[in-house]
Amino acid sequence: MPTEVGLSTACLDPILGRHGHDASNLLQILRELQDCIGYLPADAITYLADKLAIPRVRIESVASFYSFLNLQPRGEYRVLFSDNITDRMLGSAELMQQMCQQLWAEPGKVSEDGLVSINTTSCTGMCDQGPALLVNGRAITRLTHQRVQEIGQLIRNHTQLDEWPADFFRVEDNIRRSDLMLDNRLAPGEVLRAALALGADKIVEAIKQSALRGRGGAGFPTGLKWESCRNAKGSEHYVVCNADEGEPGTFKDRVLLTRQADLVFDGMTLCALAVGAKQGFLYLRGEYQYLLEPLETVLQRRRDANLLGTNILGQPSFDFDIKIHLGAGAYICGEESALIESLEGKRGVPRNRPPFPVTHGYMQQPTAVDNVETFCQSVLALHMGAEKYRAIGTEKSAGSKLISVSGDCPLPGIYEYPFGVSVREMLQNCGAVNTRAVQVSGPSGVCVAESEFDRKLGFEDLPTAGAFMVFDDSRDMFEVARNFVHFFAHESCGFCTPCRVGTSMLKQTMDKVAAGHGTQYDLREIENLDRVLQTGSHCGLGHTACNPVLHTLKHFRPAYESRLKSLDFEPAFDLDGALARARQMTGRDDAGAHLKPEGA
Amino acid sequence: MTDTFQLDGATVPFEEGQTVLQAALAAGQYIPHLCYHPEFKPHGSCKLCTIKVNGRTAASCTMPAGAGLNVESDTEELNVLRSTLVQMLFAEGNHFCPSCEKSGNCMLQALGYDLEVHTAGFRHMYPDRPVDASHPDILLDFNRCILCELCVRASSEVDGKNVFALSGRGITKHLIVNAESGLLKDTDIALTDKAMQVCPVGVILKKGVGFSVPIGERRYDKSPISAQALQDAPRGPEASGNCDACEDAP
Repeated sequence: MPTEVGLSTACLDPILGRHGHDASNLLQILRELQDCIGYLPADAITYLADKLAIPRVRIESVASFYSFLNLQPRGEYRVLFSDNITDRMLGSAELMQQMCQQLWAEPGKVSEDGLVSINTTSCTGMCDQGPALLVNGRAITRLTHQRVQEIGQLIRNHTQLDEWPADFFRVEDNIRRSDLMLDNRLAPGEVLRAALALGADKIVEAIKQSALRGRGGAGFPTGLKWESCRNAKGSEHYVVCNADEGEPGTFKDRVLLTRQADLVFDGMTLCALAVGAKQGFLYLRGEYQYLLEPLETVLQRRRDANLLGTNILGQPSFDFDIKIHLGAGAYICGEESALIESLEGKRGVPRNRPPFPVTHGYMQQPTAVDNVETFCQSVLALHMGAEKYRAIGTEKSAGSKLISVSGDCPLPGIYEYPFGVSVREMLQNCGAVNTRAVQVSGPSGVCVAESEFDRKLGFEDLPTAGAFMVFDDSRDMFEVARNFVHFFAHESCGFCTPCRVGTSMLKQTMDKVAAGHGTQYDLREIENLDRVLQTGSHCGLGHTACNPVLHTLKHFRPAYESRLKSLDFEPAFDLDGALARARQMTGRDDAGAHLKPEGA
Repeated sequence: MTDTFQLDGATVPFEEGQTVLQAALAAGQYIPHLCYHPEFKPHGSCKLCTIKVNGRTAASCTMPAGAGLNVESDTEELNVLRSTLVQMLFAEGNHFCPSCEKSGNCMLQALGYDLEVHTAGFRHMYPDRPVDASHPDILLDFNRCILCELCVRASSEVDGKNVFALSGRGITKHLIVNAESGLLKDTDIALTDKAMQVCPVGVILKKGVGFSVPIGERRYDKSPISAQALQDAPRGPEASGNCDACEDAP
């Protein structure tokens, strides 16, 4: 479909102007261009390459990396159903089918009239109020047959999104239990003011003493990270807040950014003071685009209150500001070095490490990358003092943790607990009954079966980034694992062989077993692939991609074995199924059009 | 005095800034590898050169050499991993050695023989990858691409042209060229480019010549790839070291 060059340039020139013709803003430029035209036409990319003075092949390479960027025309309405297992358990697959039928669309394709394209996307972070979808980037929650019907009608009538019922876009916080973080009543900048009196060295020392550890899952000591960054030589230092909350089942950063944005920005500013940074970035996942405007408002209010900008709170030469960078649909960008690549306007491929971001981060300069929740906790730790803070939680896991609870329970939502809470206690609190298993920390985490419900959340036992997906005894754990395997195959960046090929092969094999063609040989192949992924992969995605299968095989092997044919080998394809297209073309479906009668 | 490390019991000297693989090859010690090229900075994507240091696996091409490291490479565990990776690459693309002009000069094939990959091992994916025959002098057969990025690097760093880049993500990742049409004929590639020389498999081919050296007399027909370690020893870069189109970070 040819586009009018005029349209592209009319969109592009103001966008380029806003971003200072700077290629490191490429991802933001592409996002905005797509918002303007609906996709990224080839001639617009050529024009952009010329204006940014970079090879056009690089722009195409970057654009093709991100799920939300389209190099081909998409529908006027682009609908993406969240495909996390929790959405599926709430019936998302049927709802998507319903919409496809209503609008005469096929999944993954643009409808003939160009009106709509419908597809699935990785978890959109609305698991406590699913099933959810994104329409032209905006989140819609609590889907029902009726709501989908109404959406279909609005699309058919070409109703502008702004005129859709506001209730569709309502996102609940669903806070079920709060503790020091969600209960805090600190005024914006209050702790920062006290910190200024302390000075950078004492801030770092206080954070070290507090034993605060990163809340993104890995649990690296925050004080040590800030100290290393502070001590690293560089022309600039940077602070980056990782709000690319992509781990399926996790939505706590969304709530923090909604309810505690000042606490997050206080934490980032505190970090800037500690490491000596003048520029900060908040990397916000594309799925949370609706938070951009409110967050920008908070930033502006903070600038007006001299909590950002130059000479912050009257402190000479304490200058710091924060820029929000929107992601575009790539789970891998939650990995800190991939996130930095993405911030620089590149493909989100994890870097070779060492060197680490604390010495060679954004633009190869010392950079402290921390999770949204870590920044919040740093403010609380400093405010409370190390001793009081360390008294909360367990010996190796100080403070509290936000847990995003979803799945089979009557009270899904956000729970703030001191570290050390047991799985059983959490299940009781969220009202879950007949629970078969809990997936702690998302697909890359741990599947905990009933015999292990006394295990406790914390770095000593069950480390977690915050997801807690509950499965009751009506759920098939094989299908849970298969959903996660599909997720990893979709999100693999493709840089290294083991992960690029291995995750896809794992997906093929799980699908083969699901289709009833699996054998013992396939279970051995799964184990073989797991080994290759674990020993050979470039980053954590590959290392953990096989966890869902390993854990469910360990606890729920019968769920796999009941699907197997007892043969040693069975072809992956269904011989009779291979004739399906011929049957469709000839309009026949009688016994003679089948290879063998059913059950023969 | 230079520092040394241990590789499968042998002592390997290294210079500051060398990686384990570079130092090993310079000393005539072979570690299987595929996406590494002696004239370019390693990026570590194929993972064939995976080694074990103190019980942890790492890509030897990107792992900095360090004094006293105890490196395991020629072990059954690692060779099984390598042969599995070769099988994966064969299954990912469409590789038909008997009809390939690169047969005998192909690193993937040579590694297959050397690592005793006798069977496919996996179901082939048979991806749909049309060839690009648009250019009068050059053929691109994407079926054989293993995504090593050497042509990307050579074109950007040495030729200063950025003819190639990788596009897509995950299993859909593929090689693209720098033209709005997507065709090689609309790029500024030339037969004399460095990018024409670096493909370890049979993607980038010169038209009009075929099998000018008979099969049986080609590089890896004469001696196995493992016996040619010194030919892969690092040599002075022709490159500027700055890749505008590369996927990996500096």
